[in-house]
Amino acid sequence: MSIFSNLSAEQFETIGQELDAIRNREMADLGEEDATYIRTLIKRQRRLEIAGRGLLMAGFLPPAWLAGVACLSASKILDNMEIGHNVMHGQYDWMGDPAINSKVFDWDNTCTNTAWKQTHNFEHHTFTNVLDKDHDIGYGILRMSEDQEWEPRFLFNPILAGILATFFQHFVAIQSLKLEDYLIYKTKTKEEVKAEFKPTWKKMRKQLVKDYLLFPALAGPFAPFVFAGNLTANVARNLWSSQVIYNGHFPEEVEQFPESVIENETRGQWYVRQLLGSANFEGSRLMHVMSGNLSFQIEHHLFPDMPAHRYARIAPEVRAICEKHGLPYNTGSFMRQSLSVWKRIFKLSLPSKTEGDSKKGPLNGLRAKVVSLTREPQSENRKAA
Amino acid sequence: MNSMTLTSNRFQQGVNRLLQSRVAEILSYPHGVDRYLEVFNPLWSVNEVRARVEAVRYLTNDSVTLTLRPNHNWEGFIPGQFVQLSVTIDGKRQTRCYSPANSLHRTDGCIELTAKVHANGFVSRHLREQLSVGDVVILSQADGEFALPEERPEQVLLISGGSGITPVMSMLRTLCDEGFAGPITFLHYANSAADMIYASELDEIARTHDNVTLVRCFNNDGEQGELSGLFCREHLFTAAPEFAQATTFLCGPPPMMAAVEKVWEEDGLAERLHKEQFTLAAPQIESDSAEGEVRFVQSEKMAINNGATLLEQAESAGLTPESGCRMGICHACTCRKTAGEVRDIRTGEITSGEEDIQICISVPVGTVTLDI
Repeated sequence: MSIFSNLSAEQFETIGQELDAIRNREMADLGEEDATYIRTLIKRQRRLEIAGRGLLMAGFLPPAWLAGVACLSASKILDNMEIGHNVMHGQYDWMGDPAINSKVFDWDNTCTNTAWKQTHNFEHHTFTNVLDKDHDIGYGILRMSEDQEWEPRFLFNPILAGILATFFQHFVAIQSLKLEDYLIYKTKTKEEVKAEFKPTWKKMRKQLVKDYLLFPALAGPFAPFVFAGNLTANVARNLWSSQVIYNGHFPEEVEQFPESVIENETRGQWYVRQLLGSANFEGSRLMHVMSGNLSFQIEHHLFPDMPAHRYARIAPEVRAICEKHGLPYNTGSFMRQSLSVWKRIFKLSLPSKTEGDSKKGPLNGLRAKVVSLTREPQSENRKAA
Repeated sequence: MNSMTLTSNRFQQGVNRLLQSRVAEILSYPHGVDRYLEVFNPLWSVNEVRARVEAVRYLTNDSVTLTLRPNHNWEGFIPGQFVQLSVTIDGKRQTRCYSPANSLHRTDGCIELTAKVHANGFVSRHLREQLSVGDVVILSQADGEFALPEERPEQVLLISGGSGITPVMSMLRTLCDEGFAGPITFLHYANSAADMIYASELDEIARTHDNVTLVRCFNNDGEQGELSGLFCREHLFTAAPEFAQATTFLCGPPPMMAAVEKVWEEDGLAERLHKEQFTLAAPQIESDSAEGEVRFVQSEKMAINNGATLLEQAESAGLTPESGCRMGICHACTCRKTAGEVRDIRTGEITSGEEDIQICISVPVGTVTLDI
């Protein structure tokens, strides 16, 4: 009953070929434009950071504090999203510049480069929205799918989602530990957790010392202003980046998949799963840059190692392919997607009414959703026009 | 004046120490101090050698001579050694080796690199056509065994061909600046007089230094050199009859080097011949079927190429390279290929030379060397 039985093997093949054609064309075109883009952005981010940290030194003056927090928040967001996330995907490895290479690049975040590439680049991007394989479905903390069995702890779903968002960088940093396996399911020992935490703690400590000890100490008697400024910037980055990421995979219509779909999955089927498992949001150019172009989550999941500034350009083509094959292309305003995500978080805090039914086939009812979705983006379009 | 320079030197050393301190490391974590310094000035760096292009000259129709001013991280060179020069072309960093040609005693702190521009020389063409004064390039520290010994030899024979002239030019200029009194023979091979780099300066040196003998040999007939044709033993008897007593430095294209080496070996003088190869003479295997072998340098293993992806071949050879999605998505398996050609199984695109590749989607085309 899944979408996969609606599409024939030939259709998957065609979709795969059409998307591959876009990928090959864009990747063959990599060059000066991409290099200039990322270099310029990195320069801007470093300037923002220097300005932000400088202004916070005069943080006892309210306007300086506010401007400092704004600059530092923007710097941390750019560093993590459009620069860090994308560089660590290997989008710029072809440049051969060790400072912009996924092997060595590290970001202003407590999560280590190695742990991130394991949980995000490999697990999340390969097994996107596959239950029990993609840890990003709820991060081991939340219930984000009807097919995740309800447990009493999920009553706190909305509160936990808020906590997750506020301390997002730390949760992402320890995501690879799969702490729930130790705390709740008891499938992991304390020693294992400790050993795995070591490299993460090493990085966390440096980040904490930098933001909450050394930079405040530089300001002497005004240390509390710097401390508060850095804390605010970190939380601002956490709230923003977590919402961007929630919006990419958790709006209500986005599908999740049982583990069986990945058996003998073809490239075409993999593409379709990425399409169905991701959602975009619309906004200004600034919005796209600040979200690391994850506002084009669909395009990003199809082509994770393509320089992200190209997504806006190829999005209409991807959408046309979806429409041609009757596949949903989930997009909406930032507000609409955010509301949809939070609705899901609240709804799933309670046991699903159809728990019994869903056991039979997790992809039940997908067809109905597909139909409603193919209509929805069009009406959004009309509004925009 | 002197005390002022001293103070400013001390100030610079102080700043440097501060920038290399643990505190600076944590304040700039995780990007590092250099990533912030370069925002202010692309030449500023705590560790990296970067250089400003001070002059670009065209001594011949197919060469380019660069005068570069390295930043204070440059530790100098020994005449004969090479540096790696990196430039960005169409967004991609390209690195090539060049030997500084200037004298060790040059006082303005600059180095001089000369590149011969080949018809399909991607980097050398960029240097000649695109590079301009004020640009910043990346350099490595100088390296290489081919170097003028600290204790100068009594008698020197310098043999070069084409752009192999640059390291021996540096030796000649250095020895002349030092007032070296022993006999120096400079035997150079070029296609034609017009192609000869540093021709007029060499003339001038030979004219003003009694101990320097310049012997030019042009391949084209009718050119006005002291000799003509390719290197042979007869050339040596004419140009440097006492070659057995000299310490000889040789740099040129592979066939010429082979011819010279043969003479020195036949005469049992091999240990008096110092040589530098400036182009790789590695055999090229041209085939797109499963031929050749896969060499894993770091793990010192080798496998006969069976046509599978490099990741699979590495694993069946007993290696455990980092890997993830195995479909070219996650870049976990990216590693350095130091030689050979590979085909991207997704696009069919074939790439060659030193580069980072995703081994899960690359199959070798002939022999491939991986740095894992």
